Amino acid sequence: MAEFEKILFKYIDSPDQDRIDTYIKNGGYAALEKAITTMKPEEVTDEVIKSGLRGRGGAGFPTGRKWSFLPKGIDKPVYLCVNADESEPGTFKDRELIEREPHQVLEGTLITAYAIKCKIAFIYIRGEFAYGAKQLNRAIDEARARGFVGKNLFGKGVDIEVIVHRGGGAYICGEETALLTSLEGGMGYPRIKPPFPAVAGLYGCPTIINNVETLANIPHIINRGASWFTTIGTPKSTGSKIFCMSGHVNKPGNYELPMGVPLRELLFEHAGGVRDGRNLKAVIPGGSSVPVLTADKIDVRMDFESLAEAGTMLGSAGVMVLDETTCIVRTAQNLAHFYQHESCGQCTPCRQGTYWMLAILHRIEHGQGTMEDLNTLTDICDNIEGNTICPLGDAAVPPVRSTIRQFREEYEYHITHKKCLPGTSPARFE
Amino acid sequence: MEKIEKLSDSSIKEIERFKGLYPNRNSAVLMVLHVVHQQFGFLDREALREAAEIMELPYIDFQQAASFYTLFPNKPMGKYHIQVCRTLACHLRGAEELTALLKKILGIGIGEVTNDGLFSLSEVECLGSCGTAPVMQINEIYYENLTRARVDEILDDLRKKARNG
Repeated sequence: MAEFEKILFKYIDSPDQDRIDTYIKNGGYAALEKAITTMKPEEVTDEVIKSGLRGRGGAGFPTGRKWSFLPKGIDKPVYLCVNADESEPGTFKDRELIEREPHQVLEGTLITAYAIKCKIAFIYIRGEFAYGAKQLNRAIDEARARGFVGKNLFGKGVDIEVIVHRGGGAYICGEETALLTSLEGGMGYPRIKPPFPAVAGLYGCPTIINNVETLANIPHIINRGASWFTTIGTPKSTGSKIFCMSGHVNKPGNYELPMGVPLRELLFEHAGGVRDGRNLKAVIPGGSSVPVLTADKIDVRMDFESLAEAGTMLGSAGVMVLDETTCIVRTAQNLAHFYQHESCGQCTPCRQGTYWMLAILHRIEHGQGTMEDLNTLTDICDNIEGNTICPLGDAAVPPVRSTIRQFREEYEYHITHKKCLPGTSPARFE
Repeated sequence: MEKIEKLSDSSIKEIERFKGLYPNRNSAVLMVLHVVHQQFGFLDREALREAAEIMELPYIDFQQAASFYTLFPNKPMGKYHIQVCRTLACHLRGAEELTALLKKILGIGIGEVTNDGLFSLSEVECLGSCGTAPVMQINEIYYENLTRARVDEILDDLRKKARNG
């Protein structure tokens, strides 16, 4: 394969790339000008549909098609919400884009707002990212001074305002309908769909919610065209992807590579392999909510289709690497704690299910489990899945179900011997 | 009853800006919580009532939101509020031992404040900084790629900073 030229991260290491002068010098805001001065909003949407771009937040829904679901010919305002509530364990790509390339995110937001005829766009950023919020606000101020944000952009009568809204520390608000409820000032409770946000979203108005990385791709698609974009990646998963490498790897961090890069290459060539020369035990390839892959299954390509065929998901591409010293029960317990803490409590299967999963995993880990517990855990998984308003319940299931399926002997060892498998131990802090 | 005014001028100004910023001013609830939190380090009740009055919204709207979101403590925390990420990527890089170390150095448990009021400690879920694990957040700042030596250094710096006002 020819040397891949990074798209989103091409200038990420340039000094002052977060300032508008440098961003413009490196080609920034040309796409916004091109879109507003030479393209109709519908043409922008068509180009994005043709590019095959799919949402980078986890679900992988085709972006342009999502935009095209907006009802035609109604007189309510249309809103755009940029989902910058990055909270899926193992995922830290949007943070880097926001902190170091805020103008790229903003330009994508502005072009999208133009395409969907939105006059007020919100960037909902998780509350902990205080620096990211500052970077975005500064980018908006700089862009406003150049006439890229505000009224009558490029003299074409286009008005777009962008508001940075900070969350309050709740994973659930990354779920699109919870994000809307939160943005309306309420507790972050997801809503039943339908109606879908494209029809009745923020303040009951048509609303599009897109992930940060998704929107960062838009200026490049407009600049270079949909047909260029489709030459990167795989036929069904086009473009590049930022893979977040964490856990027991030598070189953790974000790696932008074409969709479909083999997991083995990603792990061993890019991220430097497993830490301290240890053996690989497992990989969670798409954020904490996806099924775990055992070490013998890493000859899989990192795209939506290949990972689905392998029984897992690309999700947010947060790749967490577990070496041979990792206790799998403790891993499952750690993630169960996360979901139990982050369940909003609206739906009983999720609220009660995550509570009991954590309690049972805790007792297995602490030598008080029984074989029956494994059936109970599986039963809880079956009863959560598909029975909740939003996908948080479904997301809590794979870490438990897949680890029991693939590491059943380790669970059984825990139950029988009342301790961790020999050779596994809690991680050291040095 | 005498009215106590607690919000600073700059907080009031910010709240007023948020009041006019959104198509619907209920949307500003979280941003107002951030303003009060920023000024006091926790959600001071009287200040929050004042904020609700400025916003011309029921006080309960703010309390309701505050009860749901985790970023806003309702009692005073340390001058430096330490939040250690406990979720998987940090866990795999020693977050449990990091928390134990901080407990030992500071002589406090989770949710407690040191006697001098300087530090408080909590454990939080994923901070979204997994590539630089283990991570802790102190007030608004992330401290990444932590090691034992680095933790000592950070705490020393903060103690010095507090002494020099």
